[in-house]
Amino acid sequence: MDLTTDFFTLFQLPRLFRLDLSALEARYLEIQGEVHPDRFVQADERARRQAAQWAARVNEGCLTLKKPLERAKYLLFLAGHDLEAERNTVMEPAFLIEQMEWREAAEEARNGRDHHALERLHHRLHQDLAGRYRALAALLDDQRDWPAAAHETRRLMFLEKLRLEIDDALAALEDEGIY
Amino acid sequence: MALFQISEPNASAAPHQHRRAVGIDLGTTHTLVATVKSGMALVLNDAQGHPLLPSVVRYQPDGQTEVGYAAQNWLASDPKNTVLSVKRFMGRGRKDIAHVESLPYDFVEGAGMVRVRTRAGVKSPVEISAEILKVARARAEAHLGGELVGAVITVPAYFDDAQRQATKDAARLAGLNVLRLLNEPTAAAIAYGLENAAEGIYAVYDLGGGTFDISILKLARGVFEVLATGGDSALGGDDFDQRIFCWVLEQAELPPLSPEDARLIMTRAREAKEFLTHHAEAPITVRLANNRTIDLTLDAHTFAEITRNLVARTLQGVKKALRDARLAKADVKGVVMVGGSTRMPQVQQAVADFFQSAPLNNLDPDKVVALGAATQANLLVGNKTGGDDWLLLDVIPLSLGLETMGGLTEKLIPRNATIPAARAQEFTTFRDGQTAMAIHVVQGERELVADCRSLARFELRGIPPMVAGAARIRVTFQVDADGLLAVSAREQTTGVAAAITVKPSYGLSDDEIAGMLKDSVSHARDDAQRRALKEAQVEAQRLIEATQAALKEDAHLLDKAEIARIEAAIAKLQTQVLGDNRRHLTLAMDDLAFETQAFAHRRMDQSVKRALAGRTVEEVNAIAERAGEERREEKTNEGSAA
Ligand SMILES: Nc1ncnc2c1ncn2[C@@H]1O[C@H](COP(=O)(O)OP(=O)(O)OP(=O)(O)O)[C@@H](O)[C@H]1O
Ligand SMILES: [Mg+2]
Repeated sequence: MDLTTDFFTLFQLPRLFRLDLSALEARYLEIQGEVHPDRFVQADERARRQAAQWAARVNEGCLTLKKPLERAKYLLFLAGHDLEAERNTVMEPAFLIEQMEWREAAEEARNGRDHHALERLHHRLHQDLAGRYRALAALLDDQRDWPAAAHETRRLMFLEKLRLEIDDALAALEDEGIY
Repeated sequence: MALFQISEPNASAAPHQHRRAVGIDLGTTHTLVATVKSGMALVLNDAQGHPLLPSVVRYQPDGQTEVGYAAQNWLASDPKNTVLSVKRFMGRGRKDIAHVESLPYDFVEGAGMVRVRTRAGVKSPVEISAEILKVARARAEAHLGGELVGAVITVPAYFDDAQRQATKDAARLAGLNVLRLLNEPTAAAIAYGLENAAEGIYAVYDLGGGTFDISILKLARGVFEVLATGGDSALGGDDFDQRIFCWVLEQAELPPLSPEDARLIMTRAREAKEFLTHHAEAPITVRLANNRTIDLTLDAHTFAEITRNLVARTLQGVKKALRDARLAKADVKGVVMVGGSTRMPQVQQAVADFFQSAPLNNLDPDKVVALGAATQANLLVGNKTGGDDWLLLDVIPLSLGLETMGGLTEKLIPRNATIPAARAQEFTTFRDGQTAMAIHVVQGERELVADCRSLARFELRGIPPMVAGAARIRVTFQVDADGLLAVSAREQTTGVAAAITVKPSYGLSDDEIAGMLKDSVSHARDDAQRRALKEAQVEAQRLIEATQAALKEDAHLLDKAEIARIEAAIAKLQTQVLGDNRRHLTLAMDDLAFETQAFAHRRMDQSVKRALAGRTVEEVNAIAERAGEERREEKTNEGSAA
């Protein structure tokens, strides 16, 4: 067990996409309770630095495993598929066209200050993502089909980004409403 | 590595004595110092019985410095040498300061931050704040009967790296050992949470004299977890005063004012504001230097109107924090009100309207931050009361990143990341034979570097010439538990590492601090030397005790030869502690630290393993199965909860 131990081992969780979030949270708090720098305020410089490194690592691990997209990327990374490193993969045209349509709809709603339309888009995207995560779970945990899982995860990276943009657009509209 | 953790419950050696530790709320308007006595947090009063220390510093003609009420009396008659609200200048350049033109000071642009020219010379906000902290420290030492082990100093949650670094420097300059910089709303949450045994999601709305913070926390037994924070480090009661000030100028059609007149009107503006909290209207009477008298009446309605958008700005911050925490208003169980400015009825009303529930006002809004800080200080130094123990998880308020091509920012650590946090990213060269790379560290949310705050610039030199794109430069960001950032860079392909660690450019170097410390002590050298020796002796003693305790507990992690070497190092250090040669003492400490390095690693390992112990393979498998069954349907929701 050192700073390079993988996050599943660190939190003693099975290396699966279907994750017990409450177990993660409990393990996280337990370990943080041992290594957090607040426990080492009276210690010497080196011990304090070590505590900070451990606490940072535990925080990073929790964040990585908590979010489904990050968790999927991490599982693939452990299986030898580093999606961050191969950023410029070409996506198939049908998916790209679908992406463009989503984006256009979002932009239109945004420019038209159409809160309702944005919410609808958000909801649709939400449904779409939920289905894709279910499929991804099967690919990763049941079939262990890494190439197919990597492919699906790449798509999810696009879609999650889109979701963030719609979130931001919704937030911007809400903020305008306050003055 | 619990090696040096003296407070560890099972390392109970001698029944340890109570360590003198305090919490200091270094406020824009008021400073408070508090401590825990017999299990109770209490604010320490001055000799006259005042709990508050006005955060006002005056440089007197006789070369002395006065702080607090005495200084406050001189605000209008000696405005250039009497500094108020210095917190607003911490880590700030002149252009960052709001309404700089209406302030009576002679500002001087200085390295990293603005300075003020006074009759005692040019003073940095760090030095001025240190004067306040020195008084707080003296008050604490008088009450507690001796030197402090350390202090928790509070900062607004929304303070950026430069402001935090400046605060820490000020504390060190005041001779305080900073146990931790603690976010003000978090401190308030600790005080509130412990007092009321609160559990669930809470918001802390803190509107003080100069700053606004909103934090969303999850309180559970033994855990205080900040989910998101937001605010404005330049929005507070001062701005409400400023609005009244402008209103007075307008109503009375005043020409440009002298610093004395301006300060006087500002003081009257504040009085009127506070009066309006309990009355429908406030008279404002001012006699100017030219004998002209101004008589005006400000009613509550007008006041609410001219400050409406200040209140709206705070709610904007509340919304953003809730969004960042991925929560809705309805999820919030209670809103804890902190800071003197939350007394204003329009603020109470706005918060109540927004959350659709009455805010929680059952704590003294002036004291709660200091009390929470004292409680945390008490925990950090290991004075446990009744088995009380908790874990505090806080976040950074603003994203940290690097400048990339085209003046764009690349975020390495996002806002609201739990600290400590670390993140490394690789960059490469873009020209053939490029041997240096400029690294520009920024903080903020905007896309363009120009819109973010520049924290530090440095250059990594000595990269061996390679074709473009071949070098692998790994930049590492590390944020510690005080929310302070350290950055280092290293070229990966060559075995030789070129690495540099920077402190953000607003921070003072240790040498500068040492220099200032020396300057500030009148009988300089001797005192400083003696103090340094004493500090080293205390530190050495602590090291010896901790190592011995660790040996007693975990000797099984070492072989005989290792134990012998450590014991020899302890013996050597024990001799040096009795002597008066600081240099030899420090070297002996280094030696002991060196000998225990591997031991510390093994102990850390053991701690982590212990935390994970008691889990059998079956258990892990059971978790897996459960995950399989239960999560299959929940997956639908979870995908979106990310
Ligand atoms: N009765 C009142 N009505 C309105 N405002 C008040 C009242 N009492 C105090 N204030 C204001 O509260 C502010 C000071 O609050 P507080 O002491 O909490 O600030 P601080 O901790 O010094 O500042 P900060 O936390 O921003 O650094 C001042 O602006 C003061 O005018
Ligand atoms: Mg305050």
